[in-house]
Amino acid sequence: MTTTDTTKNAPAARRRAASTDSRAGSRDAGRKPTTTIIVTALLAIIALYFLVPVYWVVINATKSTEDLFGTSGFWFGESFQLFENLGAVLSANGGIFPRWGVNSLLYAGVGSVVATYFATAAGYALAKYRFPGRRFVYVLVLGGVLVPGTAVALPLFFLFSSIGITNTYWSVLIPSLVSPFGLFLASIYASAAVPDEMLEAGRIDGVGELGLFHRLALPQLVPALVTILLFQFVAIWNNYMLPLVMLADERLYPITLGLDNWRAQTDRLPEFYQLTTGGALLSVIPLAILILVLQRFWRGGLTEGSVKG
Amino acid sequence: MRSKTAPWVLLAPFLVLFIGTMIIPIIMAIGYSFTRVERSGLLGEAGTESTFAGLSNYIAALTNVNFIESIGRMILFGVVQVTVMIVAATVLALLLESAAAKWPGFFRATYFLPYGIPGVIATILWSFLYVPGLSPIVDVLQVVGINIDFLGPNMVLWSIANIVTWTYTGYNMLIIIAQLKSIPGELYEAAKIDGASSFRVAMAIQLPLIRPALMLTIIFSIIGTLQLFAEPRLLQTMSAGITSEYTPNMSAYAFAFQYNDVGMAAAQAVIIAVAAFTLSAIALGISSWTEKRR
Repeated sequence: MTTTDTTKNAPAARRRAASTDSRAGSRDAGRKPTTTIIVTALLAIIALYFLVPVYWVVINATKSTEDLFGTSGFWFGESFQLFENLGAVLSANGGIFPRWGVNSLLYAGVGSVVATYFATAAGYALAKYRFPGRRFVYVLVLGGVLVPGTAVALPLFFLFSSIGITNTYWSVLIPSLVSPFGLFLASIYASAAVPDEMLEAGRIDGVGELGLFHRLALPQLVPALVTILLFQFVAIWNNYMLPLVMLADERLYPITLGLDNWRAQTDRLPEFYQLTTGGALLSVIPLAILILVLQRFWRGGLTEGSVKG
Repeated sequence: MRSKTAPWVLLAPFLVLFIGTMIIPIIMAIGYSFTRVERSGLLGEAGTESTFAGLSNYIAALTNVNFIESIGRMILFGVVQVTVMIVAATVLALLLESAAAKWPGFFRATYFLPYGIPGVIATILWSFLYVPGLSPIVDVLQVVGINIDFLGPNMVLWSIANIVTWTYTGYNMLIIIAQLKSIPGELYEAAKIDGASSFRVAMAIQLPLIRPALMLTIIFSIIGTLQLFAEPRLLQTMSAGITSEYTPNMSAYAFAFQYNDVGMAAAQAVIIAVAAFTLSAIALGISSWTEKRR
């Protein structure tokens, strides 16, 4: 918890850095302005590297296919047809792109919410109860964290095809409901943030065991919940191999798989370059905003996992 | 409800899904890896038959030149890419935390941004920056007289490494920053009284104390390297250097869906899983061993 607080205060601390503040301040004192300039310049150059692909897609989504190849990729072309391009993306193939977007939201949204709830309940149970089999469950799940997700994707396909649910929404959604990593984060967090005395007091007041979890423990676990939710959301949103293995019907695709499909056609049909670029822009923007807005929560929760890990 | 059954009720939904989507598939994969599917009739129309194959799938996998090459490629990739990325993430974290730069919040957010961009879309964007004729980078380099074919057979591995580094450096940097923030301020005070330079503070205080975070990021990166799939698969259509068995995962995928050899695919998937598991366990072991000796 303390680390979360430091995190939140960090910008304020830095603003006061010049005067008397804690460690940032004490370390800043006596630093030469030339050092600041050199370090800032260096960081700015590195920032360019991280921004180049994003910059490229923003600029080139405004071009016609002709300009895409005919003009410099670092600046706007002769025509500005961003809105025509985006219109084409949204209406191509009977509006398949918005459908991919909805699919991605469905997989990642439903998957991450349910996975977070399940992982937190299980992590809390492992942290707050002593029962036979507890260590076994821990070891089993740790094994699950270390086995690569993509190595499971193939066997999972064999299993799902034997019960006949490949090429359905369920085939991508069900595996997304499990977050072994979330379980660990939740159990580490719960053992620190949920005091036994509070649970005992609740029991004396006649609160049931499930009530203890939902009404007393969950509110304490909110920072861990946010972290698990974000991790799982990004993990599902970014997943490629699982939907690739499971889905044959284009209408069930998430955005990642759909865009890959479009890009694969650029060889034969150059107009797909424009569709892919526009589609990439549309799918980068919402996630970029989400990441920037939620960056603070992200770090707060990460600390709990890494410091104790 | 007694507190004897309560933990199991809370665990049940997770465990059922965990067993159903991880344990059972792994057991099934192990089972498949020991069987051979034989098709009777010219096109397999007379049905298929599974027979016990012993270790023959494993022997076939481990003597398959392409598979061994793909593992060697991933080791080379991992040694170079993970090292570069972790060093970069550590240096960026130390610079941002040293309070020597202006606008640290802006830089932190910028470096972390790529993590939110799916690997598939990152690969599409970078692939457009690799293709001659489309890429401004290739154009600029040509003006200065450098001719690089980013998608050439020898270069493409490092072009993939660039995409992975671009995506995950900021993420690893945040994990390290989180740990740096947990170092007590008194240590810095003491170092300052002793007259230690910033470099000395980094070497003697910060690096030793962020070791747990470094271990965590290295383990995740190793597992990530073994799983490499989306980036090379997407670049496959653009680069002659990438075969359909370029990485271990691509190889398992190809055997399952292109060559219809499920036993071989399962054996390869098991080998990948065991390798990742072993490497992670070794890394964790070394980490706790050095921790105890201190």
